Amino acid sequence: MELPSRWAFLLFLLLSSTKAFGSDVDKEEFQEELLLKPLPDRKLLAHFHFETRAPPCDSNGLHHHHLFPKSISQMVEKFRVKEMELSFTQGRWNYERWGGSDTMASNNAKPPGVELWAVFDVPKEQVDASWKNLTHTLSGIFCASINFLESSSMYSAPDWSFRQASGSLRYGMLPREAVCTENLTPWLKLLPCRDKAGISALMDRPSIYTSLYYSQRLHLTSNASDLEGLDSGIVLEQTLTVVLHPSSQRTSLTHFSQSYLQPSWSLSSIFGRKVNGRCVLAKSSKVYLQLERGLVSQLKKSENYGADYIASEGYDGEANFELTVNPDRVHKEENSRNGISSSLLYEFSVDRYSNSKPFDLGLTWKFPVIWSCQQAPLHASRFLMGSGNERGAIAILLKSTDLNDSSPVANSARDGCELRVNIFQVVPWYIRVYYHSLQLFVDDQLKAVGAFVEKIHVIPSKDKISPGMMEMVLKLPCGVKSAALTIDFDKGFLHIDEYPPDANQGFDIPSAAIAFPDFHTSMLFHSNDSERKSPMLSKFQESSPVLLYTEVLLVPLTTPDFSMPYNVITITCTVFALYFGSLLNVLRERVGEKERLLKSKAAANTGLLSELLSRLSAKLRGRSQEPMQSPSKLSPLINSKLALKVLLMAALAVAWQYYFG
Amino acid sequence: MVGMILGDGILLSCRFNMPKTETETPKMKPRPIVRLGIFLISHSLLVCVVCCTAGVLALLLLPLLAKSTYISENALMPGSASSMISNRDISEANRLASDLSGLNFEPQDAAALESREILTKYMSDLGAEVSYHKFHHKPNQFHPLHFFSSPDSTSSVGNFSCSAQGVNTVGIIRAPRGDGKEAIVLVTPYKFGKSGTAETLSLSIAYTVFSLLSRVTWLAKDIIWLVADSQYGEYAPVEAWLRDYHMPVFTGLGALNADTCIKIDDLYVLEQKPIVQRKISDGFRRAGTMAAALIFKVVDRNELLEDTLNIYAEASNGQMPNLDLVNIVNYLAVHRQGLRVKVEKVLALLDSRWLKILGEIFELLGKVARSLNPGWKFGISAADYVEGSATLASSLYNQALGIPTGPHGAFRDFQVDAITLEILPKVSPHNKARHNEFLLRGGRLVEGVIRSINNLLEKFHQSFFLYMLTSPSKFVSVGVYMIAFALLVAPLPLVAASLYADANQLDLGVKKTKSTNTVTAPDELDITLRSWKWLYAAKEVFLVHVWGAAVSLIPYFICQIPNCSPTTSSVIWVFLSMLSFLILYLIVGSPSTRVSISQHEEKGEWAILKSVTISAVFIGLLLMSIVNFATAEIGALLLVPMCLMAQPLKLDMKAGKLRSFFRVICNMVLGFVAFPPAAYFVVKTLFEGFDSISMGDFWNWMESLWAWNSATYIYIGMVHLPCWALCLHVLLHSC
Repeated sequence: MELPSRWAFLLFLLLSSTKAFGSDVDKEEFQEELLLKPLPDRKLLAHFHFETRAPPCDSNGLHHHHLFPKSISQMVEKFRVKEMELSFTQGRWNYERWGGSDTMASNNAKPPGVELWAVFDVPKEQVDASWKNLTHTLSGIFCASINFLESSSMYSAPDWSFRQASGSLRYGMLPREAVCTENLTPWLKLLPCRDKAGISALMDRPSIYTSLYYSQRLHLTSNASDLEGLDSGIVLEQTLTVVLHPSSQRTSLTHFSQSYLQPSWSLSSIFGRKVNGRCVLAKSSKVYLQLERGLVSQLKKSENYGADYIASEGYDGEANFELTVNPDRVHKEENSRNGISSSLLYEFSVDRYSNSKPFDLGLTWKFPVIWSCQQAPLHASRFLMGSGNERGAIAILLKSTDLNDSSPVANSARDGCELRVNIFQVVPWYIRVYYHSLQLFVDDQLKAVGAFVEKIHVIPSKDKISPGMMEMVLKLPCGVKSAALTIDFDKGFLHIDEYPPDANQGFDIPSAAIAFPDFHTSMLFHSNDSERKSPMLSKFQESSPVLLYTEVLLVPLTTPDFSMPYNVITITCTVFALYFGSLLNVLRERVGEKERLLKSKAAANTGLLSELLSRLSAKLRGRSQEPMQSPSKLSPLINSKLALKVLLMAALAVAWQYYFG
Repeated sequence: MVGMILGDGILLSCRFNMPKTETETPKMKPRPIVRLGIFLISHSLLVCVVCCTAGVLALLLLPLLAKSTYISENALMPGSASSMISNRDISEANRLASDLSGLNFEPQDAAALESREILTKYMSDLGAEVSYHKFHHKPNQFHPLHFFSSPDSTSSVGNFSCSAQGVNTVGIIRAPRGDGKEAIVLVTPYKFGKSGTAETLSLSIAYTVFSLLSRVTWLAKDIIWLVADSQYGEYAPVEAWLRDYHMPVFTGLGALNADTCIKIDDLYVLEQKPIVQRKISDGFRRAGTMAAALIFKVVDRNELLEDTLNIYAEASNGQMPNLDLVNIVNYLAVHRQGLRVKVEKVLALLDSRWLKILGEIFELLGKVARSLNPGWKFGISAADYVEGSATLASSLYNQALGIPTGPHGAFRDFQVDAITLEILPKVSPHNKARHNEFLLRGGRLVEGVIRSINNLLEKFHQSFFLYMLTSPSKFVSVGVYMIAFALLVAPLPLVAASLYADANQLDLGVKKTKSTNTVTAPDELDITLRSWKWLYAAKEVFLVHVWGAAVSLIPYFICQIPNCSPTTSSVIWVFLSMLSFLILYLIVGSPSTRVSISQHEEKGEWAILKSVTISAVFIGLLLMSIVNFATAEIGALLLVPMCLMAQPLKLDMKAGKLRSFFRVICNMVLGFVAFPPAAYFVVKTLFEGFDSISMGDFWNWMESLWAWNSATYIYIGMVHLPCWALCLHVLLHSC
């Protein structure tokens, strides 16, 4: 019953805002989009994209936001963040099966855990301070332990391999961060409609958290302080990428002919919800269905099934699959490069749907179709070599993807051409990497590193202060089949309080980022209208290098038995006491002193002994001896004192018992 | 060690004491700890007898002292989730089995290829990443310098022959939302193309589990299923795969792939089939750090009453997997699947008379104790005792041998906890329902174990690594079994010290032989000279140890001789050993050439030799107990009595008393038994009867020791044999 009032309020807000600013460029705007993409291995990719724009601040700095989250804008203003990206990821992106070289993979495939990088617009000496504050702020906003990135041993400052930024970029990763709904809720809070209306209402927690890959990302660009680019303000781009398993009906598997029929799905079957209209605050609200190049070409090939769907606009005549909703528009990728088929994008506008008529897109496959996705130029994997607790080696293996496939390398395999590979790797300080032991094997042969490395930048680690970082540009011949890079390391010892909880699990080496600067991902979609493009499509259009992340590695280090310190302390103390005791004894005594002492004692002893004996006999006889008075005098005194004390204690005890008992 | 230091301290203090006896002052009292040491040394004979008896007794008591196992790591939670294996998984597995057994090609190679392809298809249909791993089998060779070194990668590049090539099939399931840092390995040995029903059964159990795991949501670690090509034994393929997993060679791959082996080319041709081709990669696939490994096989031995599970855990050099791994397998097998779990035992001990009597005595003692105080519960029944000691003996022997009892040994070399499960079905292959039930039980067991390991956040570290099993659910931990060894070894430094003191005629102050006669100057010199005399003995001991090292190196050269039967090899070995001993003797010279300053004393020389020998034995046994405890324990049982008893036969002959005659007999028997080949043959005769003995057996046994890089070989060559020789030298000493 609270909901309608809120709606009314929001509507009022929207109306007032439109009234106040009119159709100005200064307007804050919000757009929501969802991209669905069938993947070759019977999975479905769902990519939510929300973009919120805020106009640049006024000169007086104060700004009243209507849609844009205040916490973010304040953060940007305070720490002068130029660009920032924060991602929470669970699961691994399968580069082989889900694609490695398209925009989706390069932008949204992230390493497991938390990755944060930020570019600051402050003088270089203040960058670290800003970063530390930023991590704490983000940690508060997103309910995550991002504040662990504050410590200087956790982040690094790549110069050029990760992203061009002269000294003001900081980069940190937390591979072990567990990602769950508690991170999603604050992320949704940044959206104007949260997950109450619009496309984000699809985010049913059980279904998105049982996905195979889950990555929640927040990208933020601010040009607020740029003198020339005053037009854009802050752009907050929030994406959620999930890979879902549409149906678990494996009954069809038993029949070999049907086993490659792609599973059919609908929004309600994969998310358990439908879209009940758009978020009223959103400028546009669209759902896209993407058929990638490989799939389109396969569909073209299967024209003998009697469909002329590719010739036509394509959405009503296809025989291979059937859509429950007719698309509003079909975009075709403008592919200028070569004659291979281009991907198709079906656009559905959610504006027309409402509570009474929810939007539920469904896709039913009719014939089996097999295709493969676009592979990255080289397939990268990283692993540990060696065993034991002493030393090991990190190996990065780059292998060319299938040769007979239409991989980009094979296409451009000419003589003399070169393939550049950027490698950026951060290694924690307790993995003591010996950079001189870098070895490079190209096509199974040991090669001199200098012959293939165009540029290398190494910052060795400092114990407990900073991690080791390696940036390098490899220049490989285009026809390379495999390239392997190995670096040896020693495993360090940690102080007992530096071990994290569950230390026996081992220690993580965060993912390395491998980029191919020669290969750019961009998909230019033909748009026949002059209206502003959707943010997601313009994002697709942006040319960015192909980027992929390697696996996180787990290094078992020597761990102490944490229940042992007590025993260790005891044993050590005993040994030390014995050692120092005997050492002091030896040092203290002069040679022959003991004998002398013994001799003198022997002289004196007779008197003492007799005295003792006489005292004893005196006691037995009952104080008959005169000279032995003094000790006997003393004893009653002691006794009386003792008795007094005992009495006092007893009184106290009685009093205690009386009052408090 | 403490004893050693103590002994030294005493000697030191004694030496300092010597010149001061002349003074008339009251004798300075040494410290109590020193006095205690002196007391022990002066009563070394009694201490020896008590300690050795107690040591042997403690060893016999171990089955009584065994504790019940318990799951130490709380995160494992075995059996807390209900099993999810369904009939569909089983029917799929049955389909795979029937497809595999349906192949009856005449050429075995073709059948192998076809069956491998079928398996690959099934695996990739489950969504697993499948790859082939080719390896070259090379027989183990004796590398004198490769003991204790980590598995080497350098030797894998060599000349290969196509005939000795095997292909492992590896399927990897990636955990849906896991981070891919850790993996659990499941191994099934399988002989492609020529496997029996039992092997197919083990494959179908593994497939049942694999098919389940491919769709579960709880997986946190990746699953690797290695179908090891067991045509060259079960160990070799696993070891080769592990070596390539952990220490790949980047340089040799091209040469290996360019092999013109027709078989492999066939494989490539088959791979070209379009559907499968997408999913099989030739490259080596990895999946993070291994958390644990299960080797799983079904063995066809149909004489049993019920389904039985055999657990094998001993890896190289007596290393054991974490006890928790054994525990969860045992717990799940017994309490969830109702299997009978067994660990290996020495069958010959089961019906040995004396063990039964001993067990009855212990049972009686336990009853008496319980009647005195019901709280004392240390008695076990005689049958349990016999069973426990048979298992313990097998555990001790397998650990002492240092040869892994299965493919799990290869994992332990890479610090991965692994265990071999061997299921013996009651199943008759034609009973369909029984067959399916067996698949279900086996599958549920493996699923449960994997689920437990999957729950584990850290690696195995909570429970024991040093233990011996007396039954699948009972173990003796290191804290208990060390006692037996410590008691056996404790008298050694005492006896060494006492012998040294005797030989140097040191006055320990406790013997009431207060020599009031004044010591003259030349005597004092004599004493100082005599106190350094042990150096000669030490040299002698050192040389004999060098000879021992040489003897243990000789097989390396014998191996080079082609076409040598074990018998001739062992004859050559014995001959060469004796020759080398002779040479050493001639070069260094006989003891008689040494200047003997001590003509007048009758005990001196041999006593000092014995003292140094005992010290060497002590050090050797202690070192060995760190490397491989079981070897040290068995070695101590053989060596310690001999070392302590050894006394020149001549002296005893001269004495001619009954006691010395008894000692002569004892010395002879011990001297015979402690000789490694003799010990081997005696044990073999006891357990297998006299007729199965041949001269070459010992050679084969030793060969297996060095082929598996067992530290026991080093121990025998460099500690046991020299010490035996030295003891013999003492026995035959011409004093």
